[in-house]
Amino acid sequence: MEFLGLYNYWIAVVLLMSGFYAVIAKRNLVKKLIGLSLFQAAVFLLYITMGKVEGGTAPIFTSASAEQIFSNPLPQVLILTAIVVGISTTALGLAIVVRTKEEYSTIEEDEIQQMDCQENVASE
Amino acid sequence: MNAIFGIFLLTLMLITAIAVVRTRNLFVATTLMGIFSLLLAANFFLLDAADVALTEAAVGAGISTVLLLSALSLTAEQEKPGHRGRLLALAVVLVTTLALLHATLDSPRLGDIDAPVHQHVAPWYIENTPTAIDVPNIVTAVLASFRGYDTLGEVFVVFTAGIGVLFLLGHYPHKQAHKPHEGLRHYLIQRLVGRTVIPFILLFGFYVQFHGDFGPGGGFQAGALVAAGIILYALIEGTDRALNIIPKWLLNGMVAGGALLYGGVGIASMLMGGNFLDYSVLSSDPVAGQHLGILLIELGVGITVTGVLLSIFFAFASRKHF
Amino acid sequence: MSSWTPHLPALQVVVPLMTAPLAVLMPDRRLSWALATAASLCALAIAIVLVGEVRDQGNIVYEMGLWAPPYGIALGVDAMSALLLLVVTGASSFALLAAPTSLSHEVGHERQSYFYAAWLLALAGLSGILVTADAFNIFVFMEISSLSAYILIAGGPDRRALPAVFKYLVMGTIGATFYLIGVGLVYMMTGTLNLADMELRLADVGDVKPILVAAGFITVGLALKAAIFPLHVWLPNAYTFAPNVVTVFLAACATKISIYVLIRFDFFVFQGNLTAHDWQFSYFLMPLAVLGILVASTVAIFESNLKRLLAWSSVAQIGYIMLGASLVSAAGLTASMLHMFNHALAKGTAFLALSCLALSVSRLDIKNIGGVARRMPWTMAAFVVGGLSLIGVPGTAGFISKWYLISATLDMGNLAPALIAVILLGSVMAVVYVWRVVEIAYFGQGAGTITDDYIQEAPLAILIPTWIAVLLNIWFGLTPALPVELSTSAAELLMEHLR
Repeated sequence: MEFLGLYNYWIAVVLLMSGFYAVIAKRNLVKKLIGLSLFQAAVFLLYITMGKVEGGTAPIFTSASAEQIFSNPLPQVLILTAIVVGISTTALGLAIVVRTKEEYSTIEEDEIQQMDCQENVASE
Repeated sequence: MNAIFGIFLLTLMLITAIAVVRTRNLFVATTLMGIFSLLLAANFFLLDAADVALTEAAVGAGISTVLLLSALSLTAEQEKPGHRGRLLALAVVLVTTLALLHATLDSPRLGDIDAPVHQHVAPWYIENTPTAIDVPNIVTAVLASFRGYDTLGEVFVVFTAGIGVLFLLGHYPHKQAHKPHEGLRHYLIQRLVGRTVIPFILLFGFYVQFHGDFGPGGGFQAGALVAAGIILYALIEGTDRALNIIPKWLLNGMVAGGALLYGGVGIASMLMGGNFLDYSVLSSDPVAGQHLGILLIELGVGITVTGVLLSIFFAFASRKHF
Repeated sequence: MSSWTPHLPALQVVVPLMTAPLAVLMPDRRLSWALATAASLCALAIAIVLVGEVRDQGNIVYEMGLWAPPYGIALGVDAMSALLLLVVTGASSFALLAAPTSLSHEVGHERQSYFYAAWLLALAGLSGILVTADAFNIFVFMEISSLSAYILIAGGPDRRALPAVFKYLVMGTIGATFYLIGVGLVYMMTGTLNLADMELRLADVGDVKPILVAAGFITVGLALKAAIFPLHVWLPNAYTFAPNVVTVFLAACATKISIYVLIRFDFFVFQGNLTAHDWQFSYFLMPLAVLGILVASTVAIFESNLKRLLAWSSVAQIGYIMLGASLVSAAGLTASMLHMFNHALAKGTAFLALSCLALSVSRLDIKNIGGVARRMPWTMAAFVVGGLSLIGVPGTAGFISKWYLISATLDMGNLAPALIAVILLGSVMAVVYVWRVVEIAYFGQGAGTITDDYIQEAPLAILIPTWIAVLLNIWFGLTPALPVELSTSAAELLMEHLR
């Protein structure tokens, strides 16, 4: 049971890190954003995991519930907010990527950097 | 039984996530992310977070996938090989992983009712929701009233993203050259299935909007669902026809109007002698005031979320393809 | 009016926040601008009244929705937040007054209503961070301010703004998510999100692993957002390619708000509860601050793009602010707070002068401004005063904070001579990079590509706000009583938590 009790956290940590790795190491801008979503999704799992109560139910009063145990509603509220923040960031990031593609005709960071370097040299 | 199913889901998520990172095809990565979100939603459901599960399914698997696909159609489908600084990235990631794993060793175990999170603020919400707000769904009570200011901020985050996308992509430089988007109008089966499903999606969206006090749901989920229904219509019939039904001025009005409605409720409660977002003063009976306030702000949330998601989708869809 | 006074902490955020959707709906860009400027000036007025209230009666608390903390979200204004509210609303107002002249070259007319809405959201987000007393609410408003800052920067006319802002978006989101992880871990062990309540409940929890890791995540995440060396890599390009008035606004206040959260979170929640935390805080941040001052100033000396030069100077100035904080003493924190205020004045003025310059000089490069001061005397004079304040010459605002910083380091025993040497060396380097610009502008030859007639003095509409900022630099250099008083009480407030 000791192992099971931490399994959720460990998976969350590993997911977090695979997303984080994609953000740092990948050079494709869309892939970076996908990594960022993965990174954030793992944090959602971390929060929701700590809100679970053994033998509890979703925190909604039903007619039959006199002596119910509820799971913690607060992390759920926080994560609802965080999910919305996440999709907002992704949408804005994608708009920037689309504009980048139109201006540079590539979405690979290395190629963009190369073009920028040439431009910097040309302007000096 | 639940525990075993949970472990099964988590393991599947892990495999999906690794596949997402490894694949070079961005289309595949996007599809896998959709699957990942559904698995995550199922997992949230097991962890008693019905509202979050519904949102993750609608936003993560639905809206986010559609946005990524429209962005991919404008950019590139394949990721070029080669990473620089891979070792540094691995080192940073490794240090962070070890730090977090170290932290979990002292964490309360999953489901432990004696954990500090379940002691202090949360029981107060469970205890006081019936008397102070009297809605069955405690998540709605906390979201809309106890922490209503956070939710106001959240609506404005969505609003910000909406105007950001419109600012960046909202003007159409090649309007003449733009040929009307036909969608899937000539594909009989897709069209037939789509047209049958859309009314039900919209109906479910409205149900989720107005039933959010009683069951899982609320403005965000409803907004995402209604937007998904209309996006489906746009995919089938073409964006131009969809834009005829919901013109741009209406979308702009929805984007700003919902946010104004939410903030307006806050200002109204100030004018009526309460603090900002204190719904109790909106009616002679405090509990009735709370009900009215929650109804109005959830409506504001729903309107802005629908408006923003549709504006973002149309901004991407009407962009000239390269 | 008096019945509104208790609501001022909420109105500080609500006024710009609610004006943003209205600005989108305006049919004309000039109306959007007028609305944004009115809201910003109104926010400045609220901030001034709040400063008065805080000086009279100490901390102000406001309960959102009338739910008592920690169950509901509370707002709190004290000397520290009041000081920075002045900085944020002031910077926004000055930059907006300069905006119509400067922006018409840079952002298309039909997009400007969105631009001003994003501006108001940035203002509301930054003010929201300052007034809230709730750890998660900080995250929400941090995201509002960050997303809107990305929009504002992406409005820059050069295409290089896009990769710059993408980098900022990725690093900013990583920073915010790290902060969220940290808050989650603290919440896991305390069950609360209210900062004051966290401090109380942490006393029973003590040095457990999740809390120590949380302190690390929160510090690193906020350091990323605050562009503390070596996590500053997003800053130079983002400031260089943003529209000029956006650089004025963001350079004056955006990173400082992250430093504010970092200091507040650390002192309010962690310092009193963790063993030897002050020591760790000091030894982690002091070397970074020193390196930041030295490295960034060196880069600025060799930089030829004027905006990037000042952006690198910002990285160095963040170093001074962190140096003061890392002393973990009342004097050091006073110097740190004071430098946030004074650097905003100095850097805001310098960037405003560059906005004037950009109206005549198409490329803000050191090679293109030869002899420009003969044609634009008022503009360059404003730049000179901003530069002197940046260096810390007596008579300007910048001198006051450098003076306080040096006197604070005197208490540091063995380290004092080394730290004073670093501060003096940094100031000498500032003399070098400011002088390079001034020398060419006053004594250089006209650039070959532009005929001299083309260059003319900036219009009054932008010169007036610039010169008000110039005069404020001198005003607060000669009579620094107000910022000094606020900084001192802010520092005392922070040190109380050290026990």
